[in-house]
Amino acid sequence: MNYFKFIFSLLITIALIVVLNSQLGVAPPFAKFLNPYQGFWQNAENAKTWKDDEAHVPGLKDEVKVYFDKRLVPHVFAKNDQDLYFMQGYITAKYRLWQMEIQTHSAAGRISEIIGEKTIDVDRMQRRIGLGYGAETAQDYIAKDPASKQLIDAYCDGVNAYIKTLKPKDYPVEYKLLDYQPEAWNPLKVALLLKNMANMLSVFEYDIENTNFIAKYGEQNFRELYPDFIDAEDPIIPIGTPWNVTPMDSTNHSQMQAGNAGVIRNELFANALTKPDEITGSNNWAVSGSKTKSGKPILCNDPHLKLSLPSIWYEMQLVSPNMNVYGATLPGSPAVIIGFNDSISWGVTNGGRDVRDWYKIKFKDALRNEYEYNGQWLKAEKKVERYKVRGKPDVLDTVIYTRFGIVVFDQNFGTADSKKNLAMRWTAHLPSNEFKTFYQLNCGKNYDDYINALKNYTCPAQNFVFASRSGDIAIKQQGRFPLRDKATEQGKFVSNGTTDKDEWKGYIPAADNPTIKNPERGFVSSANQHPTDSTYPYYYPGLGVYENYRNRRINKLLTEGKDIDADFMKKMQTDNYNLLASEALPVLLLLLNKSDLNDHEKKIVDALSKWDYYNNAGEVSPVYFDIWWNELRKLLWDEMMDKNVPMKQPSFYVTVAFLKHDSTSQFYDNLSTPNKKETRADIVLMAFKRIEDTLRKKEFTEVNEPYENDDNYKKDDLRTHDWGSYKDTKISHLAMIDPFSSMHVCNGGNIGIINATNTTNGPSWRMIVDEGAMKAYIVFPGGESGNPGSAYYDNMVNTWAKGQYYEADFIKQGDELEAKKLFVSTFKP
Amino acid sequence: MRNFIVSVFVIIFLSSLLQPFLPWYIVAAVAFVTGYFIKQSPLSAFAAGFVAIFLLWISYAFVLSHANNDLLARKVATLLPMGGHVSLLLLVTGIIGGLVSGLSALTGRFAAAL
Repeated sequence: MNYFKFIFSLLITIALIVVLNSQLGVAPPFAKFLNPYQGFWQNAENAKTWKDDEAHVPGLKDEVKVYFDKRLVPHVFAKNDQDLYFMQGYITAKYRLWQMEIQTHSAAGRISEIIGEKTIDVDRMQRRIGLGYGAETAQDYIAKDPASKQLIDAYCDGVNAYIKTLKPKDYPVEYKLLDYQPEAWNPLKVALLLKNMANMLSVFEYDIENTNFIAKYGEQNFRELYPDFIDAEDPIIPIGTPWNVTPMDSTNHSQMQAGNAGVIRNELFANALTKPDEITGSNNWAVSGSKTKSGKPILCNDPHLKLSLPSIWYEMQLVSPNMNVYGATLPGSPAVIIGFNDSISWGVTNGGRDVRDWYKIKFKDALRNEYEYNGQWLKAEKKVERYKVRGKPDVLDTVIYTRFGIVVFDQNFGTADSKKNLAMRWTAHLPSNEFKTFYQLNCGKNYDDYINALKNYTCPAQNFVFASRSGDIAIKQQGRFPLRDKATEQGKFVSNGTTDKDEWKGYIPAADNPTIKNPERGFVSSANQHPTDSTYPYYYPGLGVYENYRNRRINKLLTEGKDIDADFMKKMQTDNYNLLASEALPVLLLLLNKSDLNDHEKKIVDALSKWDYYNNAGEVSPVYFDIWWNELRKLLWDEMMDKNVPMKQPSFYVTVAFLKHDSTSQFYDNLSTPNKKETRADIVLMAFKRIEDTLRKKEFTEVNEPYENDDNYKKDDLRTHDWGSYKDTKISHLAMIDPFSSMHVCNGGNIGIINATNTTNGPSWRMIVDEGAMKAYIVFPGGESGNPGSAYYDNMVNTWAKGQYYEADFIKQGDELEAKKLFVSTFKP
Repeated sequence: MRNFIVSVFVIIFLSSLLQPFLPWYIVAAVAFVTGYFIKQSPLSAFAAGFVAIFLLWISYAFVLSHANNDLLARKVATLLPMGGHVSLLLLVTGIIGGLVSGLSALTGRFAAAL
């Protein structure tokens, strides 16, 4: 009996321990997670005490001091560059380790190691588009430059020195929730982070979508709906600027007569890479002293990305005898990416040029060992990718490499007609060393240093804006761009991989990339619009991926601006004027048949007619316009929403022009009503009628006014929903954990507006550098700490939402910060 | 009763000494040994094990969370989901630790009777 009791009790105890120590589905291992000695309680940062501290860190050459200011921004003072980057790595890891690692795991296609089999296709996609391959190529290339390698190694050593200090209780809370451990950092991970960026920013090609459209709807419709340039073009390099460029020959001289033409225009493809359908974009500009109060330039930048927590950027000041630089760093990667030093400032927006092309590969037989090229059979290179999967056996995937890139879609990956082998050529796979560009900018003194730094920058292509204390302003679109033959519109459609006809023949020299210095108009700017007008001597596909609204608004404000100061720029970066609405709404109101409206709908029309086109948070008209516009596009472009044949919707600008000028097009007919042929007036009215329905269906959350349960709500009450609540901006945690996200952030803006904040995307960093006052103003939607248990995790969100800024403590000596510091950390070898 | 109180104190003392260095389930070993060596009824052994870790985990978690103004605990109590109630999260923390410790002490007590 006693034995029985003992065994029974023992088994229950052991079973309980095992259960409480294991992950159960999505739930964390409970006792491991909840016990206060190792569990999440340890991540509850003590909010009251900040004390100076000191530590010995093996690997340092000399003493490094890090001053943390009132916002927990570290100001790192080192005596040499190696220690500087070592400590940048160490401190970044201290505050952002989980974020750094999950992003590189994602880029490397290794999420299934943590999550399990449900993410296996996400991982396969990352490897099939070659993010890891690109990172390896970059790493090998960087290793050939000893100076870069030394500094990147120092950064990695710093991260690893920090990781070595960690016990399980110190792991960031996300490791505890998902039940895994951090691993060592290395230069490959640094490269992976940049490829991750490339995968967000250099993805704007529509080869497959264009081929599908032209195959289905013909040449004439394609030209009308996807023009290379529009009539209101306001490019980065002002129209009419002469080109001092002798272009390289980009004509196709292929001797190949055999086989089909290079471009495919008569075939449908079921697979395309998903692209962000609503692009918010980024802004940057610099004004010269002729337009500012101080007589010195002011530079501004707000890169827009999918907002996330922990914050995308980590604000830092880095000081060594070689540099004193301040700005936004990318956690996991050395140097400052967007920022300023004591001589110059710079910022970036996405270039958006088409830098990847698709080729249809023809294999000799089912073995796929050889593929056709110029009448010969070339050997295909096969690589077996191995995926570790949590709780399951490894998964293997054979990927084929060709001279046209990696075969992304084939018999093993993709849907429907995936037996078509589609390879992708992408500049993110080229050997490159982007770190060197940022390092040289960080140490840069003048315009020549800036141009020299950009020279080798490859991918993702950016518009680098520049200003110097000595008075120069400039902008340059830099990236490596393939030479494209205008005659065949190379790169606009899927190409045949059987010949060299549409193969990349070379790259545009960096010196020929669009650039302008100290223009007459006194400012330079970019907002993801066309880099040039149509007179640029090199051909590139235009295609409505470029911005047509923010650029015109920015250039108008800067042209009108006089005696500009930082306050002017603050107002401008948070400007909510909706230029799209100002052009689209009059057209829509004109086309709306008002005799079919009820009283409430008439009041909506009335409100819209009186609207001043500002998407401010407290307005209701932006809500009506937004719903009307989106519903109308759904009805109008339903032809392009075919799930089996990916196509791109025409741009907003083209849509407005189309509605205005084309009264009888086939596209007005809605495909879901086969017995009825809708007209332009029909779908404008149908879309309008959906405004009320959409508002009624939308779930309003607790901080917002509930719509249907609102006692004060009357059917004719127009004040029920303001734009801020409707838009309901969310800054999502990287693992989509809602309690770790900033929910229901109330602010204005939208796509096509300078303050390009929509529900998920927005300005990830706002910076104004006043070269005259030697001051900088900064804000970003988050905080310096990556720990959801820290008060510094999201402390800047409200300041950001309100359009306010912090003045950066750009210091020369650490003791300047004495009065306004949280604490100082001293690190000794 | 005296042995119950002694057991509670011994478990609290040894656990708080060892837990910073060892995985959480060291409390099971501590409770087992205590249950084995200190003579008491099975019910008393279980109760001593339960109460000791229940109190220890709750108080330490409370101290950590209090200094954090319950910032993280509120988020975790929303995630798990407990409606954001930190007190409930503390209670669950205590019960989980208490159960393991109580059962281990009971097993120790039964082992002593072999």
